[in-house]
Amino acid sequence: MNTQTDIAIADRQLGGTLMELRNITLRFGGVEAIKNISFDIREGEIRAIIGPNGAGKSSMLNVISGFYVPQEGEVWFRGERRGPVKPYEVARLGIARTFQNIALFDGMSVLDNIMTGRLHRMKAGFLSQALWWGPAEREEIENRAQVERIIDFLEIQNIRKTPVGRLPYGLKKRVELARALAAEPQLLLLDEPMAGMNVEEKEDMSRFVLDVNDEFGTTIALIEHDMGVVMDLSDRVVVMDYGRKIGDGSPDEVRNNQEVIDAYLGVAHD
Amino acid sequence: MLYREAGDFKTSYRDDGQTFPIRLDRVAYYAVLIVAFLIVPFVINDYWANAVVVPFLIYAIAALGLNILTGYAGQVSLGTGGFMAVGAYAVYKLMTTFPEINIIIHILLAGGITAIVGVLFGLPSLRIKGFYLAVATLAAQFFLVWLFNKVPWFYNYSASGQITAPTRTVFGLAVTGPSTSAAAKYLICLLFVFILAWVARNLTRGTLGRKWMAIRDMDIAAEIIGVNPLSAKLSAFAVSSFFVGVSGALLFSVYLGAAEVGEAFGINKSFLVLFMIIIGGLGSIFGSFAGAAFMVLMPVVLKNLLVGQFGWATDLAAHFELMIVGALIVFFLIAEPHGLARLWALTKEKLRLWPFPH
Ligand SMILES: Nc1ncnc2c1ncn2[C@@H]1O[C@H](COP(=O)(O)OP(=O)(O)OP(=O)(O)O)[C@@H](O)[C@H]1O
Ligand SMILES: [Mg+2]
Repeated sequence: MNTQTDIAIADRQLGGTLMELRNITLRFGGVEAIKNISFDIREGEIRAIIGPNGAGKSSMLNVISGFYVPQEGEVWFRGERRGPVKPYEVARLGIARTFQNIALFDGMSVLDNIMTGRLHRMKAGFLSQALWWGPAEREEIENRAQVERIIDFLEIQNIRKTPVGRLPYGLKKRVELARALAAEPQLLLLDEPMAGMNVEEKEDMSRFVLDVNDEFGTTIALIEHDMGVVMDLSDRVVVMDYGRKIGDGSPDEVRNNQEVIDAYLGVAHD
Repeated sequence: MLYREAGDFKTSYRDDGQTFPIRLDRVAYYAVLIVAFLIVPFVINDYWANAVVVPFLIYAIAALGLNILTGYAGQVSLGTGGFMAVGAYAVYKLMTTFPEINIIIHILLAGGITAIVGVLFGLPSLRIKGFYLAVATLAAQFFLVWLFNKVPWFYNYSASGQITAPTRTVFGLAVTGPSTSAAAKYLICLLFVFILAWVARNLTRGTLGRKWMAIRDMDIAAEIIGVNPLSAKLSAFAVSSFFVGVSGALLFSVYLGAAEVGEAFGINKSFLVLFMIIIGGLGSIFGSFAGAAFMVLMPVVLKNLLVGQFGWATDLAAHFELMIVGALIVFFLIAEPHGLARLWALTKEKLRLWPFPH
């Protein structure tokens, strides 16, 4: 075997810890959506979270993004314990996400939607914006150039000026990814990026996810139901069921885990 | 010359982001400016100024303001009349307290004061949305009218309870008071419209505008991408109220000359401006102008036509006007929420493809 590849794989596995979740418990009233779960996300990896419907995957992603504050447990990000953050501060921390139910701005064009991904980087003052002078114009042009690179990357040049509300589902998902990428996040969270897509669209999306990870070095945590996709894409997989973690490891390890197989085959819980 | 972009390629992001990407639009825009600034002032007479042009300009500012709040930022307001009153009473107090200072500064300050008041009344928007926010702004409307009626300090203890604009000049030309010429009224309003429309365009196409629209379209997603809802909503209230305040200040000082708050700035005014942006087009600068023009022109046209030509009774014509407005509001709300601006855009779209629609 080629030694260089070995080293590359070893490096990949040894990437430092970017995020660590310690003994997270999240409740909604009486419902325990997440029960004492711990796992980590390493720099540069693609980490999948899988599990049956209602397992608590989206809730987990919301904890990671800081949108939900767990009742118990600690979230460590870049080696520091993260306190409660306001939702609008998360983007500044270098975390961007897409939603299970597309959350684009329907009244705005594709271009404007993607530009919003960079809003938290815009610094021009009110007066400069009002007069469209100096910093405001410069900032607009610089950020536009950045956004155009993402548009090229995701191959959506021809719908730039289309209002998002008029796009078909698959393209909307892609625009939402573009908006998240525009933020140049360190950690990218994708909640079922391929749900409801046909095979061809799924292949495109998988390619984009891999390319983002490769070319930008972005760490990705993604939720996905399609096992084939998960096995192809991810470095490591967390499996959840009824709010508990029932598996954690490489795709192969997880695939052969009896508890995981039971959960997916719908073996009765006692 | 054909109306299209072909052969008119954009080679920079700056060009691509300009206000009028199509050359013919650009030419038309400059033509309108030349006519508005260099020709109209010499031909305008009292009838045209008072019946059509000056109210159109003043209401266009109010419509721009409300459109920023409602059309761009998605926050419904029924308090426009009340905020116009704030601008009017602020400019009145400033004019009478500091007569030596230029009226233009007073009008801008009146806008600033209205912005502060607007932010105060905008605070509930952080908690409540839609219908409930509309009701809260309605409360602001009634409270403000009540306040300006009840506290004599606001109208300098005048016996009539009215406020009356003293004569003030700009470059030696009277712009307020009884001796103001039609051209002077027109020019000062035009100046404010021109600058404020340009500012509105700049704000809405940039960072702040995207924050507003993001909050309007989906507030939770907006927050996740880093928009602080507090600052986005309150900045919309501030900017919007500034525009509305300037509009109220001009309406009182330049156009009406004297005003009684309930009559000039009652709930009817709130609805009038709201109708302007619904008919003109929510979230559109052009729509604000189209709506203001429509709502100002229609009564004049109907009166001339129905009363003047067909000999209808005046009150019958007035009822007819209400029916038309009502029908149009229903039509636009149901069929075309982007109003006249969208119809205009569709027409242009057709033109662009003409004569080969496929
Ligand atoms: N905001 C909330 N309020 C109350 N209960 C919630 C809330 N969000 C999630 N839940 C509950 O928490 C549990 C986990 O939901 P979650 O959406 O995280 O599951 P999921 O694994 O993402 O499922 P799916 O595959 O269907 O998306 C479910 O029982 C759900 O009803
Ligand atoms: Mg989910």
